[in-house]
Amino acid sequence: MSDSNPAPSLYAPREPIFPRRVSGKFRNLKWVIMAVTLGIYYLTPWIRWDRGPSLPDQAVLLDMANRRFYFFWIEIWPHEFYFVAGLLIMAGLGLFLFTSALGRVWCGYACPQTVWTDLFILVERWIEGDRNARLRLHRQKKLDLRKARLRLTKWTVWLLIGLATGGAWVFYFADAPTLARDLVTGDAHPIAYTTMLLLTGTTFLFGGFAREQICIYACPWPRIQAAMMDEDTLVVGYREWRGEPRGKLKKGLLDPSQGDCIDCMACVNVCPVGIDIRDGQQLECITCALCIDACDEVMEKIGKPRGLIDYMALSDELREREGQSPKDVWKHILRPRTILYTALWSLVGFGLLFALFIRPEIDLTVAPVRNPTFVTLSDGSIRNTYDVRLRNKHGEERPFQLSVKGDPSMSIQIEGTPQDTVAVPADTALLTRVYIVTPKDAAPSNAANTPVRIWVEDLTSGERAFKDTTFNGRGN
Amino acid sequence: MSKTPEKQPGDPKTTGHVWDGLEEFDNPMPRWWLWTFYVTIIWGVIYTILYPAWPLVNHATAGVLGWSTRANVATEIAAVDESNAAINDKLASVELASIQDDAELNGYAVSAGSAVFKTWCAQCHGSGAAGAKGYPNLLDDDWLWGGDIESIHHTITHGIRNEESDEARYSEMPAFGRDELLTDEEIDQVVNYVMSLSTEPQDAGAVEAGSVVFADNCAACHGEDAKGDREQGAPNLADAIWLFGGDYDSLVDTVANSRFGVMPAWNSRLSEAQIRAVSAYVHQLGGGE
Repeated sequence: MSDSNPAPSLYAPREPIFPRRVSGKFRNLKWVIMAVTLGIYYLTPWIRWDRGPSLPDQAVLLDMANRRFYFFWIEIWPHEFYFVAGLLIMAGLGLFLFTSALGRVWCGYACPQTVWTDLFILVERWIEGDRNARLRLHRQKKLDLRKARLRLTKWTVWLLIGLATGGAWVFYFADAPTLARDLVTGDAHPIAYTTMLLLTGTTFLFGGFAREQICIYACPWPRIQAAMMDEDTLVVGYREWRGEPRGKLKKGLLDPSQGDCIDCMACVNVCPVGIDIRDGQQLECITCALCIDACDEVMEKIGKPRGLIDYMALSDELREREGQSPKDVWKHILRPRTILYTALWSLVGFGLLFALFIRPEIDLTVAPVRNPTFVTLSDGSIRNTYDVRLRNKHGEERPFQLSVKGDPSMSIQIEGTPQDTVAVPADTALLTRVYIVTPKDAAPSNAANTPVRIWVEDLTSGERAFKDTTFNGRGN
Repeated sequence: MSKTPEKQPGDPKTTGHVWDGLEEFDNPMPRWWLWTFYVTIIWGVIYTILYPAWPLVNHATAGVLGWSTRANVATEIAAVDESNAAINDKLASVELASIQDDAELNGYAVSAGSAVFKTWCAQCHGSGAAGAKGYPNLLDDDWLWGGDIESIHHTITHGIRNEESDEARYSEMPAFGRDELLTDEEIDQVVNYVMSLSTEPQDAGAVEAGSVVFADNCAACHGEDAKGDREQGAPNLADAIWLFGGDYDSLVDTVANSRFGVMPAWNSRLSEAQIRAVSAYVHQLGGGE
């Protein structure tokens, strides 16, 4: 124990980061991914999908009030929610697959925190200028008119983006055009406004101010994903054996005793999480690959080969240090771990597809009423009661005809009607009480129980379904 | 073994703590995190002032906002009562027989009636309304006092054989054995006759003599054909349903000592809308007329 050391600081202020603009293939890829993901997020609720007169015409809709989930041609009822659970499992396995193959590729390209932060930095750059201008503005202590104007403009645009983000979110839960009109006129539900307010606030705060702090301190995923990575996973690294010893370019001349790194700090200046990739792999790195673009730009200018900073696997790093050539990228990607994840992912996917196609058109449940198990009528006949639940998933009312197969003596009755058909309204599950009666001296009346099959026919489509149950008699 | 390696200038900062050669990196927390911690403390203090929080001996501090879950429940119940006021008024005022023609009203009446039944009626009639010995089964098609909704409504409103209501359903069968109106032999004969109407008598030889006893003593209320009389609440003795049991011993007991089932009048405990709701519920259980 060295008591002479001063007490370590327990807290440190956040070092502000001012990422510089960069261009290159990874930056372009990130622009495309940003456009696609934000486009999907903002536009999906506005896609229309015709489902008939009494059902919503929104392609993707989480209808909480009526407990329905609409996804284009698929309509999911609460009892089929395992489809959504299955999709979540697939999303999880997909994430594992990508992480084991490409490291923190989710963090670097697709995570909403990254995408929105990227968008917010873009706005910041448009309004306040690039890195140096922003640094100057940050260091300027005096709040003059220009600084106030720039800051207010920036925050306003951020808030508008936040509002659009929260606004788009609520459109997934209600008919988008109606809700949009209600939101403007002030007639929307308070929950819609509260949700928008919360998401506007968090978007503003997380994208504008918290940024990399969310990834470093709040997000559990960076800690978890280390479990899926190994020495074949592609991560962003620095070819230190090629770059070191680093040294400044003197009068445009390269000192042959120096490595390729000219210590221009381009990789550090573009980094959105404020690290120096040349220090090796770090917890903060989200592998956004912007330092690769920045370094490649410089290497091209000074006539050196690209790839001083590059995507590489740990195993390649070892090979390259020994002067061997790196393995083919596909040899890294295709390995037992990724193949296993792909297999699991496909298995769940095929399972879900299979389940989707064998979904019965007629949804029927039959629950025998056991309190009491049977009723004796005054003429001595025996009556059993069944709660029959029929789901009509169609956009119009449909009649269903009920019949019973079991013993010839059995007759079926529907409570409250002399008919043997029941009309189920559109998009509804209807609970009907159904009686099966046998005469006093019939065999099922005196037996303990007799198997019966309740048949249902959709008179519109002619489809039939059945459920097996039992009939209890006096012997019970 | 535990010699601390020499520090290099580029090495990461450590806290200076060394345990058997293991050093701790100095990764200070961000200061904003510390502030969120202080904010939670301030939040906690304000919360305990505004809301019920500190437990005392018999109660807890009430909080200056006066927030109470009990009061909230009372408010919610009042709100539900208010939102149901219109349909309850309608239920209490329409023709009884027309309830089942109005799908919305009937749906409300049946589900409200189901709740009333499970609260007030299930103790005797059972949660499934199947009754028990001495407590009528409400699922079947046999009714002592009538199975149309008006009769059911009257029975529930005023009850049976109680002292509370002047309009209570009232019938009293004489205790033929206890009061020595019939001899044991005559009782045996009439019981065998009654059994023969719906099932096999215990002693077929006594049936004919029993029919004479029946005509002299029982037919006045139960009818010549023994099919009962709902006006008087006299049970149908020719069907398959027995309130107190249809076996020989039970019937002998019934004839000798008579039975005297009682049901309270509900008009003093339930509102008219509740009584009508439970009437509609009972009416649709499977035996309604």
